[in-house]
Amino acid sequence: MTNNGIGKKLLAGPYLVWMVGFIIIPLFLILYYGLTDKSGVFTLDNVTAIATPEHSKALILALLLSFISTVVCLLLAYPLAMILRNRNVGQGSFIVFIFILPMWMNFLLRTLAWQTLLEKNGVVNTILSLLHLPTQSLINTPGAIVLGMVYNFLPFMVLPIYNVLCKIDDNVVNAARDLGADFFQTLTRIWIPLSVPGIISGITMVFVPALTTFVISSLLGGSKILLIGNVIEQEFTHGSNWHLGSGLSLVLMVFILLSMAILAKYDKNGEGSAF
Amino acid sequence: MKKIMKENSNKIKQKIAGQKILTVALTLALASASLMTGCGGSAGRGSSGTAAAASSVSETNSTETGGSNELYVYNWGEYIDEDVITQFEDETGITVVYDMFETNEEMYPIIEAGAVIYDVVCPSDYMIQKMIENDLLAELNFDNIPNFDQIDPEYVEMSQAFDPDNKYSVPYCWGTVGILYNTSRLEELGVPAPTKWADLWDERLSGEILMQDSVRDAFMVALKKNGHSMNTDNEEELEQAKQDLIDQKPLVQAYVIDQVRDKMIGGEAAVGVIYSGEMLYIQEEVESLGLDYSLEYVIPEEGTNLWVDSWVIPANAQNKENAEKWIDFLCRPEIALANFEYITYPTPNKGAFDLLDEEMQNNKAVFPDKDSLTNSEVYSYLGDETDAVYNALWKEVKSN
Amino acid sequence: MKRWKQNLHKIWQDFYLVIIMIFLYAPIATMIVLSFNSSKSRSQWGGFTLRWYTEMFASRNIVSALHNTLLIALLSALIATLIGTAAAIAINSMKSIPRIFFMGVTNIPMLNADIVTGISLMLAFIAFGISLGFKTVLISHITFNIPYVILSVTPKLRQTSRSTYEAAMDLGATPIYAFFKVVFPDILPGVLSGFLLAFTMSLDDFIITHFTRGAGINTLSTLIYSEVRRGIKPSMYALSTCIFLCVLLLLIISNFAPAYKNAQHNKTIKKREGNSYEKNNEGKLKQN
Repeated sequence: MTNNGIGKKLLAGPYLVWMVGFIIIPLFLILYYGLTDKSGVFTLDNVTAIATPEHSKALILALLLSFISTVVCLLLAYPLAMILRNRNVGQGSFIVFIFILPMWMNFLLRTLAWQTLLEKNGVVNTILSLLHLPTQSLINTPGAIVLGMVYNFLPFMVLPIYNVLCKIDDNVVNAARDLGADFFQTLTRIWIPLSVPGIISGITMVFVPALTTFVISSLLGGSKILLIGNVIEQEFTHGSNWHLGSGLSLVLMVFILLSMAILAKYDKNGEGSAF
Repeated sequence: MKKIMKENSNKIKQKIAGQKILTVALTLALASASLMTGCGGSAGRGSSGTAAAASSVSETNSTETGGSNELYVYNWGEYIDEDVITQFEDETGITVVYDMFETNEEMYPIIEAGAVIYDVVCPSDYMIQKMIENDLLAELNFDNIPNFDQIDPEYVEMSQAFDPDNKYSVPYCWGTVGILYNTSRLEELGVPAPTKWADLWDERLSGEILMQDSVRDAFMVALKKNGHSMNTDNEEELEQAKQDLIDQKPLVQAYVIDQVRDKMIGGEAAVGVIYSGEMLYIQEEVESLGLDYSLEYVIPEEGTNLWVDSWVIPANAQNKENAEKWIDFLCRPEIALANFEYITYPTPNKGAFDLLDEEMQNNKAVFPDKDSLTNSEVYSYLGDETDAVYNALWKEVKSN
Repeated sequence: MKRWKQNLHKIWQDFYLVIIMIFLYAPIATMIVLSFNSSKSRSQWGGFTLRWYTEMFASRNIVSALHNTLLIALLSALIATLIGTAAAIAINSMKSIPRIFFMGVTNIPMLNADIVTGISLMLAFIAFGISLGFKTVLISHITFNIPYVILSVTPKLRQTSRSTYEAAMDLGATPIYAFFKVVFPDILPGVLSGFLLAFTMSLDDFIITHFTRGAGINTLSTLIYSEVRRGIKPSMYALSTCIFLCVLLLLIISNFAPAYKNAQHNKTIKKREGNSYEKNNEGKLKQN
């Protein structure tokens, strides 16, 4: 038995090597670059650089836009997941797959296609003018960036919620209804509390990539709107100041960990009841 | 936290595939099928060769010093006619590993860090100067590049701005930066056609301006507008330029790079700052689409950026002779002509120019009159410190 | 009256589904339309053409990028599945402290921003003196794929009962034989879903590849990004349309063989799983 236990643990060997080599060491390198200057001397300047107006503005804007995107995703995804769950007779998996299928298209092409849709003479405005409605300026606005984020990350919100909802026993819902609960009451007393873990997963899966994206903001924001992801990307690819880029990445990691910790704490309270 | 992630991934993963084993199997079948076509197809040789070649880079590089039958080329995206590469390979038996970059700034650290070792690279003027100053380039052996005499001496002279003794670079493409405008859109807005950079600060053009999304080009516009050199390191001049760019920002529809071309053809904006090389394509496209507006190009009277992209050989190149063969090949008039027809950026190759029909030779948007360029300059490298100042100021503009 | 109300409810739901579908598929439809556009320009319609479909395979950049993309996706998913499954089995048998450590590190690539992961790997490759190229992209993809495999295998492992495995050993099976006969069939769905997920993630990745690729190695994502500057070649739209239609076709085929699928299902997913999913469905049916 003990023998067998050790044998099993050896299976983690290759992963342990991999983990140290390609996860832990690279992170220490970021830490090293982030905390030194070009001559290799220790400094906190790269990290405190976040306080400069242009960096903090980019960070706040990124936080704001990713927060809005997360909320919009949640509002869109929850009813969707409920509908899918309630229709889940045989064909269910097919319908769910339909929502994942767009992910097989290249992410850049999908986002570029939105340019064609949103432009001043784009598809949306052409349709609007055919209907004799006033055309809108859609592209190169924060709204377009939020739309791009929602579009790209919506599946990450739908799927975890859908999965949790599928686990809720119909009998619980029926019991509540038999006891006289109306739709709103079952929603707030049964559905939402029981699906908290899925909601939390969805929020993290949407919030983190939205906070750090640089592609969506440059393609749909016309590069007029600088997010923290753009700043870091530019430090590495254009400014060639890797130390500053690493320092800002460290700040970003702190923000990600912080938001995850808050969510994890919240989740602990909710999860007990879910499982 | 851990729980969240565990959960979430489970769920997603399980859902995607857990219950759909058949789908999985079919997907794999598809993947392997397309993989096989990839290998068996006509280009399979090239692609698998690429992979194998790249994975053996480090060994080759560490042991041998040239003599290999390969050539690592690093060029701008969409900046060569692909048939030219094939022709070069067929003729010389050299295998070309072709790679692309999007900006000079992105290319530079790759060469500097030696993360990938290229044999021949095509940066722009100021970047060549920076590479020369940092000892990253090898001197060319012009005995191996007999076709160099096809290059118009005028451009060789122009190159002296960044390569004083013409030792390191061979011009490939050149051009100007100017304003592209949509005649009928301007008419609708009641704005006269632009003639100078200052016209890009006209408030009637709010939301109708496309600016270039790169530090030097954006500052060039503002500095030239104020009558300063675009290679200045004077803090006051830069501060003023920054303020002007910030003032202009509300009028700007977007900061773009080459997308300005498609956006202008699509009638998205009234004016855009654009590289002259795009003009030929734009004129053809406007004609073939039968658009009801025309797009005109003007070189602003305050002067503009004259740019040159040239081939250079990095100091650590492993296949220098092959690289010289490559440069020589590209200087051949027919080859330069083929490239000109594909990329449409003006060629400095006299031989190729002579092969063009008269109409093209007289196309002012592509080959401008010399006297319209009197106030124009070539970018020079300003040193790391001034570069950092430019970058910081640009960041302020962008985040404002 | 109630039936009428239910119908209205259903119409609303259908309406909502359709709106979301339009939202999800509008860009894809746009791309498909553009693949038939004879003008290279993204914002003008120049007439119908099939030219881009024939040019698609003539461009060696596109063919080699497609080849690299699929090869990297397949290899990285395979290797990640091997390493990840082994690690999941080991982690499952660990005491809580090493397990927390392992799971904590496993979460890093998932929690971390792609841009940070990509940059940290690039810094590491340069520090180790590994020249950037095919192998560094492959290593990076394996790195971010392993967590997906581990996280989809672990729950399946937890559902397997230890006693069947021990019973098999009591009856004289070697640990390896017992594992493949008893445990493996139970975790197979998790392994497969981990594989498919890894494959999908690898296929769709841009940012990490962007920072870790080297000479001559383009995946479709990085090739597209380099074309954004001068305008995407419509051949790219043609290729994407082909990929999309292939996947869609597979999906339809697999969906129209439900009987076969169910049979497969019941064989692989044992009743022990108690599958809340099916329970739900049964409940639904009864209700109806």
